[in-house]
Amino acid sequence: METFWFCVIALLWLGYLFLEGFDFGVGMLLPVLGRDETERRVLINTIGPVWDGNEVWLLVAGGATFAAFPGWYASLFSSAYLPLVLFLLALIGRGVAFEYRGKVDSVRWRRVWDTVIFVGSWVATLGVGLVLTANVFGLPLDANGDRVGSPFAAVTLESLLGALAIAGYALVHGAVFLSLKTEGEVRERARAVALRVAPVALLPLVVLLLLVQLRFGTVWTYAAAIGVALAAFGALARLALRREGQAFALMGVAVACAVVALFGALYPNVLPSTLDPAFSLTVENAASSPYTLTVMTWVAAFGTPAVLVYQGWTYWVFRKRIGTRHIPQVHVPR
Amino acid sequence: MDVLDLARWQFGITTVYHFLMVPLTIGLSLLVAGMQTAWVRTGDRKYYKMTRFWGKLLLINFAMGVVTGIVQEFQFGMAWSAYSRFVGDVFGAPLAMEGLVAFFVESTFLGLWIFGWDRLPRKVHLACAWAFSLATMASAYFILAANSWMQHPVGVELVDGRPRLTSIWEVLGNNTVLAAFPHTIFGAFAVAASFLVGIAAWHLWKRSAEEPVWRSSVKLGTWVGVVAFAGLSISGDLQGKLMFEQQPMKMAAAEALCHTERPAAFSVFAIGDVSRPDCENVKSVTVPALLSFLAHNDFSSEVKGIEELVPEYQAKYGANYPVDERLGELSGKPIDYVPLLPVTYWGFRLMIGFGAIAVGAGLLILWLTRGGRVPTGRWFRLLALGSIATPFLANSFGWIFTEMGRQPFVVVPNPSGVDGVWMFTARAVSNSTPGEVLTSLIALTLVYGVLACVEVFLVRRYVRGGVAGVLPDHKPDSDESDQRKDDDVLSFAY
Ligand code: HDD
Ligand code: HEM
Ligand code: HEM
Repeated sequence: METFWFCVIALLWLGYLFLEGFDFGVGMLLPVLGRDETERRVLINTIGPVWDGNEVWLLVAGGATFAAFPGWYASLFSSAYLPLVLFLLALIGRGVAFEYRGKVDSVRWRRVWDTVIFVGSWVATLGVGLVLTANVFGLPLDANGDRVGSPFAAVTLESLLGALAIAGYALVHGAVFLSLKTEGEVRERARAVALRVAPVALLPLVVLLLLVQLRFGTVWTYAAAIGVALAAFGALARLALRREGQAFALMGVAVACAVVALFGALYPNVLPSTLDPAFSLTVENAASSPYTLTVMTWVAAFGTPAVLVYQGWTYWVFRKRIGTRHIPQVHVPR
Repeated sequence: MDVLDLARWQFGITTVYHFLMVPLTIGLSLLVAGMQTAWVRTGDRKYYKMTRFWGKLLLINFAMGVVTGIVQEFQFGMAWSAYSRFVGDVFGAPLAMEGLVAFFVESTFLGLWIFGWDRLPRKVHLACAWAFSLATMASAYFILAANSWMQHPVGVELVDGRPRLTSIWEVLGNNTVLAAFPHTIFGAFAVAASFLVGIAAWHLWKRSAEEPVWRSSVKLGTWVGVVAFAGLSISGDLQGKLMFEQQPMKMAAAEALCHTERPAAFSVFAIGDVSRPDCENVKSVTVPALLSFLAHNDFSSEVKGIEELVPEYQAKYGANYPVDERLGELSGKPIDYVPLLPVTYWGFRLMIGFGAIAVGAGLLILWLTRGGRVPTGRWFRLLALGSIATPFLANSFGWIFTEMGRQPFVVVPNPSGVDGVWMFTARAVSNSTPGEVLTSLIALTLVYGVLACVEVFLVRRYVRGGVAGVLPDHKPDSDESDQRKDDDVLSFAY
């Protein structure tokens, strides 16, 4: 049961990285791919109806961790306090910016919010990568699960590499997504960017997985790491042939493999202690009672399929490519 | 300041701030769904315009509700990790359910609603509005169930010094949440009602275009407000009775009642300092025996005062804090079981008072605008716009009272229930450094301050813009069958 919930949480992270990964990527690419106001609006509106729903994957990953592994939730969140504050500020800015940037017809107004989206997307993505990697490599926890040492204990070379890895992934993923969802010049540009930056942008992820493999390697992580490499390579190959849908799906496979590798390296720990392995939080000692896990299992069993169905439906409703010709006149009160 | 104080300030500030957006989102989304239903059923364009106008203001507010909510979700782990560890077995479940059952629905269907105008068939689009607004109610239920468990822990047993969940149904069916949920929802309607009345009355006063829209909004808002206030009184009375049973100290603190009285009088307001040393020489205007009635439905029953309750609490839960380094300075010190009396006493009165003013103002405005009349004086504008703030204040004071009234506990022991399940606030906090919490407190407060200015700026602009400001440029769908073609422009774009 504990292991099952460990997998559920890995799955929620996967959903989060896959979905919000591309909308982070869109934000990160906003000034690069959007040359003028109309083009920037094209970019933003590819994720307009869905970004909030994507973000809920994170909330549920957090909530599920709280419910299923309270010890994990408490130790990780309190240990990585400052990085998380920064991450939250970035999410706040981004969320408000999407909603507000079009609400006043002024160049300056939009410029400010575009900057917030851009910076917020970068900071948030780096933050996710940092915290996730710090979790895999462990934190200096004492027997209570409290952090010993400086507020920056979560910031290590490995976790900085992890930050770059996730950001690089999101960048490419976002570009692939845009080439799938837009038309005309923007589409071409997105495709070109994806192909051009991918070798550099995906490098940190590859290095990270190698490091994980060296440090914690099991057969699982080995297979998964190879999976990442193959899928990412495949994605770019398909993209080069303008098969954007397949490329996007392969990017999904790549992140799935990466999640398997990272969480596979973690298991049976949920949050290792770098001070003493005996202090590590494991699926056993950090878990809730079997009754709570049973309750949560029922909730997830009914809730998850419903979520997948109606989120899938949203993507279907808004499946059309968007181009500059679709963007309406700005119409706001003065 | 130590970590405890900082974390409490941070929680208080961020939560009260979150709860400025929350009631407006809950109340307004249901009213907007109602307006849209009226439009779809009658075809009357007036309702279409109402839906558009109030819906736009709802969206501006919703964005802030979302981003401030995310902070709340993380804060338990970040600043209250000892708390999270202690209660995780019970408390995490409703939080996770809220996400899985409510937030997903909320965010997804709102996206569909915003971008789906003209694109989805009209009835499907309407269904999205309902799915969204009902999900806001569901989210309120789950989070209130979590909060109510802190006020009245049930459905658990104590295993190894930690509460362990034995029945999720008891947690979700806690009598405390059954009373708090309607109270909070009616409170949300009170907020939305005053919002409607105030803004619409202002437009009438300005003689803006689309008069019928504003007249209908005033009428709708006033009656919703009246019903909400009645609901608040009934559910509040219920909560009061539960509180006497579950948290006698909080009720005594709400009244700043020093000594046990039989029958006990209800204090309407007090002159002088109600904090403890002065407890004896406060002049208070009272209604005889009313408090006894509130407590037990019996005008002659006894209500316990603070002086009598303190020894009872000390006997049950200890006179001193345990010796525990995590308690910091408080370790081994005497426990102060009395909440901050000025806050609880005035919080309770301001909640009820501002609520009453809100509904009074609504009725007054409705009467002043009866039969096509519109007052012309400046005072009317002041009345209209000023009344908007009152239910927001009432809600904030309600929460401040509820949360501060349960100090020094974060999980309040249940006099009639599970032995030993309680937690002192001082023990709940993370072992962060003060610098960390101070940083986030400052950063969040600053950002929230800036965002408040932005939101007020936008709301004002869209309110001024009136109906014309929110209608789309292209001919809005006039035909049921008028589905959009592929190469049409989007009906909405950020
Ligand atoms: C009585 C209702 C109520 C209360 C007490 C709270 N909230 Fe809230 N919350 C809502 C009612 C609500 C809502 C109506 O569902 C919101 C407001 C606006 C919105 O977007 O949804 C929301 C939004 C919201 C979101 C964003 C959801 C999204 O992305 O769509 C989160 C993560 C939280 N809340 C979390 C919390 C936490 C952890 C609270 C406890 C301290 C809390 N809320 C108090
Ligand atoms: C599920 C919902 C809620 C939970 C779980 C919750 C929990 C808490 C916790 C853990 C604290 C910190 C400990 C303390 O100082 O007492 C706190 C304090 C506080 N909360 Fe809540 N709260 C909830 C909802 C709210 C809401 C909606 C509001 C109001 C808008 C609110 C207002 C406050 C205030 C004002 C404080 C500060 C009290 C103080 O410092 O003494 N709470 N709450
Ligand atoms: C006649 C009127 C009212 C009565 C008798 C009343 C009673 C109460 C009581 C007893 C509580 C505390 C519950 C507890 O701590 O366990 C409470 C809380 C609260 N009240 Fe009121 N109230 C009234 C009016 C209002 C109004 C007008 C509003 C807002 C518009 C409001 C909003 C709140 C809120 C938000 C809380 C905190 C959340 C909760 O515990 O549900 N109340 N009220």
